[in-house]
Amino acid sequence: MSNTLSRRDFSKLFLSGVAGSALGLFGTSKNAFASTKRVVVIGGGFGGATAAKYLRKLDPSIQVTLVEPKAVYYTCPLSNWVLGGLKTMEDIAHTYAVLKSKYQVTIVPDVVTGIDIVKNTVKLKNGKTLGYDRLIVAPGIDFKYDSIEGYSENVANTQMPHAWQAGSQTILLHKQLLDMKDGGKVFICAPANPFRCPPGPYERASLIAAYLKATKPLSKVIIFDAKDKFSKQGLFKKGWDRFYPGMIEWRSVALGGKVIKVDAGAMTITTELGVEKGDVINLIPPQKAGKIAVDAALTDATGWCPINPVSFESTLHPGIHVIGDASIAGAMPKSGFAASSQGKVAAAAIVRLFQGKVPAAPSLVNTCYSLLAADYGVSVAGVYKLAVDGIVEIKGAGGLTPLDADDNQLHQEAMFAQGWYQNISQDIWG
Amino acid sequence: MAVKPEIRLTASALMFALISAGSCALPGDCRASSNATKKGSAGQSESSPRGQILALSCASCHGTDGKSVSVIPRINGRSVEYIETALKGYKSGDRPSTVMARHAKGYTDEELRLISEYLGTVSTTNK
Repeated sequence: MSNTLSRRDFSKLFLSGVAGSALGLFGTSKNAFASTKRVVVIGGGFGGATAAKYLRKLDPSIQVTLVEPKAVYYTCPLSNWVLGGLKTMEDIAHTYAVLKSKYQVTIVPDVVTGIDIVKNTVKLKNGKTLGYDRLIVAPGIDFKYDSIEGYSENVANTQMPHAWQAGSQTILLHKQLLDMKDGGKVFICAPANPFRCPPGPYERASLIAAYLKATKPLSKVIIFDAKDKFSKQGLFKKGWDRFYPGMIEWRSVALGGKVIKVDAGAMTITTELGVEKGDVINLIPPQKAGKIAVDAALTDATGWCPINPVSFESTLHPGIHVIGDASIAGAMPKSGFAASSQGKVAAAAIVRLFQGKVPAAPSLVNTCYSLLAADYGVSVAGVYKLAVDGIVEIKGAGGLTPLDADDNQLHQEAMFAQGWYQNISQDIWG
Repeated sequence: MAVKPEIRLTASALMFALISAGSCALPGDCRASSNATKKGSAGQSESSPRGQILALSCASCHGTDGKSVSVIPRINGRSVEYIETALKGYKSGDRPSTVMARHAKGYTDEELRLISEYLGTVSTTNK
């Protein structure tokens, strides 16, 4: 019957906040009227940890279990600042202690090995199972190691780190930069879209150049890009000309930017135009949704997870919500900020669904700050809404730091970049 | 999975309704939601799910419930009127900013008011 409700009926339901007759809309009726309200969250990053906290904050009667194998979570945001010597690993480390003590989230330090969509359970590596009434899957990204000949997880862990998940990978790349001789060549190999953190490779190039300029000024950073344009391109190029003239070179896909093969022993990469030898090679491979999303058949042919943008509920498996980088979220980029915004929308939707109500229309936001030098920052912002064809950016809003912004504004943006990090970290893990 | 087609159909129908209600496309929509908010100002999250979902975004830069712990201005403790005036000033350009104008332009005046009502009355205690 819900299919026959008119537009006016739906508007009434939404405006009154009473939606008993619309209960069949999300998941199964068993979920909508569950006598228990148990949510299991897989993954404690920007999306999952936000969802866990906000579920408890918005409705303390919901039992929330967060499954995350890492006791300490290192954020990708600001990991470029570590590579540039502006921050330490400790500065980007977070734990789940506050989620546990203040918000009574049950923390399970384990890995989910399977999801049983019939029994509504997840299986842990230790053999135990956890039951859920709704499941949130926030696994982040995984890498398509086999898309580049000669590359592998082992090569990433030894010679050519991606450093696109923070932690030991960040430490490895940082050490390689510290050990490199003056006059060395640093390669940053950036993938085609879509991938995690669109401005990330270019902020990384900037801050590595800042470090090299101060300590090894004869060195160079070369970005091999599988794209013909990139995020905040005009702003980055302007800043590079000003701070690092001649130090950063960007090769687009048309100029041999796409890496098709690597030789870890020889420290070379092969592009369509030939073989290049680097001293430090940061290879950021093409990506797909995190492993558990693939294993649980939450992904489609793109390798990412299709969702209903009202609640981030999977369109493939009702009752399972997918948030963050793993999801296909229309115009939103794959960023920590976006993942956190999605975590709140999913949490608020689940609260309403447990109450037998229709979720509020989602409101989603993204802001990505990038640092080009210690006191020089730029940003891109977006405000998103639901449209007939999914999540779209609201026209007239959002956009980039103006190309003609003065030094005062660029300095303020650098301060706000740090301020943003402190506040979003506190909002999620604090 | 026999339930799949039904879920998809109903989800898209609901999206249609939410789009029209969320953007105040119908003449009576904004007024109706505004009254609903005012009546229930004590139990805010119950009475204005729209205000809540709009305002939750702010915390990503301004801290949980607007309680900033950094150089970014604190919102928590500010009055509804102060917040609404500031947001509308950012939107019009009267109030200078780095990024706030880019955000404020993404909301209708009615939505800015709902955000202000939520943040201006959110708990100032440490919860």
